[in-house]
Amino acid sequence: MSTKLLSMRDAIARYVFDGASVAIEGFTAFICFAAGHEIIRQRKRDLTLIRMTPDVIYDQMVAAGVARKLVFSYLGNPGVGSLHCIRRAIEQGIPRPLEIEEYSHFGMIGRYVAGAARLPFYPLHSYTGSDLPKVNPHIRFVQSPYGEEKVAVVPPLNPDVTIVHAQRADIAGNTQLWGLLGVQKEAAFAARQVIVVVEEIVDEAAIRSDPNRTLIPGLIVNAVVHEPFGAHPSYVQGYYDRDNPFYLKWDEISRDGQRVSDWLDEWVYGVADRAEYARKLGAATLQRLKPGEAWSQPVNYGAYR
Amino acid sequence: MNAQATSFTASEMMIVTAARALAGAHTVFVGVGLPNIACNLARRTVVPDLELIYEAGAYGASPARLPLSIGDPALVSGSIAVMSQADLFSFYLQGGRVEVGFLGGAQIDRYGNLNTTVISDYTTPSVRLPGSGGACEIAIHAQRLLYIMRLSKRAFVERLDFTTSPGYLSGGDARRRLNMPGGGPHRVITDKALFDFETPTREMRLASLYPGVSVEEVLAHIGWPIARAETLQVNEPPTDEELRCIREELDPLGLYRL
Repeated sequence: MSTKLLSMRDAIARYVFDGASVAIEGFTAFICFAAGHEIIRQRKRDLTLIRMTPDVIYDQMVAAGVARKLVFSYLGNPGVGSLHCIRRAIEQGIPRPLEIEEYSHFGMIGRYVAGAARLPFYPLHSYTGSDLPKVNPHIRFVQSPYGEEKVAVVPPLNPDVTIVHAQRADIAGNTQLWGLLGVQKEAAFAARQVIVVVEEIVDEAAIRSDPNRTLIPGLIVNAVVHEPFGAHPSYVQGYYDRDNPFYLKWDEISRDGQRVSDWLDEWVYGVADRAEYARKLGAATLQRLKPGEAWSQPVNYGAYR
Repeated sequence: MNAQATSFTASEMMIVTAARALAGAHTVFVGVGLPNIACNLARRTVVPDLELIYEAGAYGASPARLPLSIGDPALVSGSIAVMSQADLFSFYLQGGRVEVGFLGGAQIDRYGNLNTTVISDYTTPSVRLPGSGGACEIAIHAQRLLYIMRLSKRAFVERLDFTTSPGYLSGGDARRRLNMPGGGPHRVITDKALFDFETPTREMRLASLYPGVSVEEVLAHIGWPIARAETLQVNEPPTDEELRCIREELDPLGLYRL
């Protein structure tokens, strides 16, 4: 099996180009901050950032000036409040104007599904009576070919690059993920290039021992990055908890442009890579985020010879 | 209701009223913030069998701690099912399996239409709000909608700056004419009073008051001349057990009790 292992630095340098559309997905869970920070460090520009919930990672990336456009469905700091850097960009054009393209959650999900299946659109029952179609001409209504019924449609979404964080993969990129699946599978299949970032590299035999847990096959994966704690301050089910105090702290930091710059200098530009970031976080923080254990009961796939 | 506690906050009354509004429900689509704590309180009090559905992809969640966000890892461990969001939105929500949807927002109008997108103009907003998330679909598909919002003239407005999620639209049977499968707004739970939509025009109506709140105090916070029920009941204050659940189990840090 040929290896797709790359360092984060090499993976971002190779696959994320200026002007690219990039989806770093993960619904509260599995958000690959390590990739976002490397994109900032490499000073990529004019990216179209795609995420259902831009979260703190895109707040940081927008503040750092990597983005030209944002495609999203919920613009909040989950459980906390606003994303102040993105709000500054939208409301005041700081540090640069940010074009937005906005859907609902189901609309974004449908766009990924259509993108993954290479379909021309995705039909859904939504948007009736909402002003969203008035401000986003991509949201349209069509009549069912089988009756009078009208249904909303959204266009396919095919990011240039999707970056998915997960628990484990083998070196060929066969990736297993458990917990909140979000749109990780759909966003990966929809993409032109896929980078998976994992907490652990495992043998192919480990993958094959539990094939139902494989969300993304190596077939569609271009690069595998081994990056422990790569999702912090987001979380990885069973590995570490969400750093909720940091999300609360970001609410304060992000209100002030200067404090954001200082934070980026210290925690992004000031560290070489995620390993250094994790060392800087320190053992006490990592210990605080360590969950207890809750193992699943094993299932018998059966041996058929 | 059993013995009442001596004192409680407006937020506690709001949470308790929201939890009680879930009595008899089987499934609820749980939103961020106050709905989150209200649904978890309901499971500990009036509806132990209530199945919590989170848009992050969890069905039958049984969080051992109060989830700070709606994507908390505690929603996964011990839940009945965890699935992709495509499955959740297609089969559970659009499939009509969600009984109660919980929503809140920056602005609501008399027909229960909701704005969570912008204040002022869309292209040059004075305040950019979070947007729809799943709210637009929840509003369309849930069999009934509960709103949870603090009363204020900025929130209860004559005209929305933007309609993110449809309530009864222009009133009457406007929803039905657009073939929306869900039943629409059912109650609005605030920090001072409870509202319903039990009118032919589907206009919001003052249904009952919280203990110690006057009608005038409520009307002062609403941006249109609101109708009221013929007889205004007063809601029961929180019980000791409800307050104990909130204060000791669900919100020991007091984040939701202001």
